[in-house]
Amino acid sequence: MIEFNMPSLGADMEAGTLREWLVKPGDKVKRGDIIAIVETQKGLIDIEVFDEGVVNQLLIREDEKVPVGTVMALIANGEKGTGKTLQRLGKETETGKPVEEWQPVIAPHLVKASPLAKRIAAEKNIDLQTVKGTGEGGAITKEDVEKAAAQKAVMNEIKPPATESIRMAVAAAMSKSNREIPHYYLQQKIDMRKALAWLVEANKLRGVKQRLLPVVLLIKAVAKALTAVPELNGYWENGFRHKDEINIGFAISLRSGGVMIPAIHNADKKTLDELMTALNYIIPRARAMKLKSSELSTSTITITSLGEANAELVYGVIYPPQVALVGFGSIIEQPWAEQGMLDVRPVITATLAADHRATDGATGSRLLMYINNYLQKPELL
Amino acid sequence: MNSNDTILITYREALKQAVREALHKDEKVFLMGEDVGRYGGAFAVSKGLLQEFGPERIMDVPLSENGFVGAGIGAALGGMRPIVEIMTVNFSLLAMDQLVNNAATLLHMSGGQLNVPVVIRMSCGTGRQLAAQHSHSWEPLFAHIPGLIVLSAGTHEDARHMLPMALQSADPVIIFEYTAMLNMEKDMPGNTSDFNINKAMVRKPGKDISIITYGAGVYKALDAAAALATMGVEAEVVDLRILRPLDKDTAFESVRKTHRALLVEEAWATVNISAEISACIMENVFYELDLPVQRLGGVEVPMPYAKHLEDASLPQKEDIVERVKKMLQHD
Repeated sequence: MIEFNMPSLGADMEAGTLREWLVKPGDKVKRGDIIAIVETQKGLIDIEVFDEGVVNQLLIREDEKVPVGTVMALIANGEKGTGKTLQRLGKETETGKPVEEWQPVIAPHLVKASPLAKRIAAEKNIDLQTVKGTGEGGAITKEDVEKAAAQKAVMNEIKPPATESIRMAVAAAMSKSNREIPHYYLQQKIDMRKALAWLVEANKLRGVKQRLLPVVLLIKAVAKALTAVPELNGYWENGFRHKDEINIGFAISLRSGGVMIPAIHNADKKTLDELMTALNYIIPRARAMKLKSSELSTSTITITSLGEANAELVYGVIYPPQVALVGFGSIIEQPWAEQGMLDVRPVITATLAADHRATDGATGSRLLMYINNYLQKPELL
Repeated sequence: MNSNDTILITYREALKQAVREALHKDEKVFLMGEDVGRYGGAFAVSKGLLQEFGPERIMDVPLSENGFVGAGIGAALGGMRPIVEIMTVNFSLLAMDQLVNNAATLLHMSGGQLNVPVVIRMSCGTGRQLAAQHSHSWEPLFAHIPGLIVLSAGTHEDARHMLPMALQSADPVIIFEYTAMLNMEKDMPGNTSDFNINKAMVRKPGKDISIITYGAGVYKALDAAAALATMGVEAEVVDLRILRPLDKDTAFESVRKTHRALLVEEAWATVNISAEISACIMENVFYELDLPVQRLGGVEVPMPYAKHLEDASLPQKEDIVERVKKMLQHD
């Protein structure tokens, strides 16, 4: 039996509210199926399953809020194995921990409430599991439910809109980062003349919709550079944990404020066209706050790219538990000295914010050099 | 008499006025029972009536309950409006055959041809230390029997006005009167225009808990409610009055308002009226309940002779107050 857990959709997430089960016991599921919708501070997230099997039991009820790691469902896969078959998103360890250390199953406990209290709770949409009973033997009374309803009403009044809760999520993650991660910063100006020229030619062969943007070159360059400098691809969790997959988290600023960082999986193995497609797929969904769990939680490094007509460079704050963030400013025409000659070139400033616990400046520098080199040979990307 | 006036009256006098009025109003009405004539009634309810109405209408009968209740039923069948007084409820057990097999059943047995408009009064509950054989509360026993109308006069008002209404009934009516209340003096409303024997009555409105009771429980519940009011608890007192057919709606209405119910009566707790009310509440207004329904009934022992034990055997005002406080977790 496989345990399907409340995934961690980022270092800042402590708990999630199950909003909807998309499967029921007896349903067959396969890897990648979306089986639940969970609400977090980042909005409603589609939760995927990473195993194949038959849903055996749903342990969490809809609208129940549970901590990350809580077993939400059991999936029968024909094995008795207790091995860690379910990917614990964002919190993977090298090998399966003994199952006993996992969060215990929270069995729905019996709620003792008066019939009237139950009726009022149903009418006012109050979860009795969250109400403290003050009646006889701890029973929940009408008064208890009405108090809870009043509290809920107050909470709803002061409950920030979705974007504000994203603000809080960003605040929490960034505070944690600044508190825990000793950042070091490097920067490198990169001549984009060749890359942009190559792009102009490459786009001539593509229809309007298929055309590539400079950013895919940047993403690919970073991904390829990481294959050469793997020390910057992974997590810091009681020591550095390297990740084989290069999943680029691409920071997308929301128009209403806040940032979403969906992952582009295996970016090093994707062609530029595939990367462009991935971006086109991911950006509108991020802006609509409608991302899949795997996209939200599996990035191994982050790129923040300011795009056109913006500031010249950006010093990023690492998204924990990652160990590096690559920043790109606007492409700006600048005087450029090369081989004793002065010229004007389109220039982008790449920065690296890296976790000094995991790597040192020399490693970081190598990454920026590789990025630069790849952008000078766009045909290799 | 002004309709807003109240009359200060004893329970005994209220009963007597009721009988007297009935005798005056209708020549077909007569009173029969043990010692009702020359002795003036075991509890002096009919004192002086023999002199006023004569032996044809105030009739002493032999000590044979099944016999004279049967005679009363016969008189009713013959077109009279008899008031049969069974001295106390304790002796009614001897008349059970006539009550169950004739009074309650003849309408059915005759295919609707013979109705039995007899009114049977009996004194009920404890008196002055009358011990195990003379202190019964048999209301649940009678309320069990289809074909009977069973009334319980828990207040002076009902002692005064239930009888004339009962005499209007085409079917047999049992009226329970309460020995312990005979000397009790109370203000009774003078206005009787909205009087009925169909509905239970809210004797005191409240919002925190419904104390549903009848008979000797009514004044105890009202006293308890007054005591609770000083503690900030507003108890509603519902007097069931009609034990068959039960007016459940009034009880339900009260529970809908207070969401809590304590059922109080002197009859032994097992299979009593409260048990029936409790079941009806579950069946009909379960989702209004904020607490389990609770009961205070008579302790299931033969009634002791000793005063303090007799008191301890029945729910008293203090017991009601304590139970309500406990139910409401009132410190």
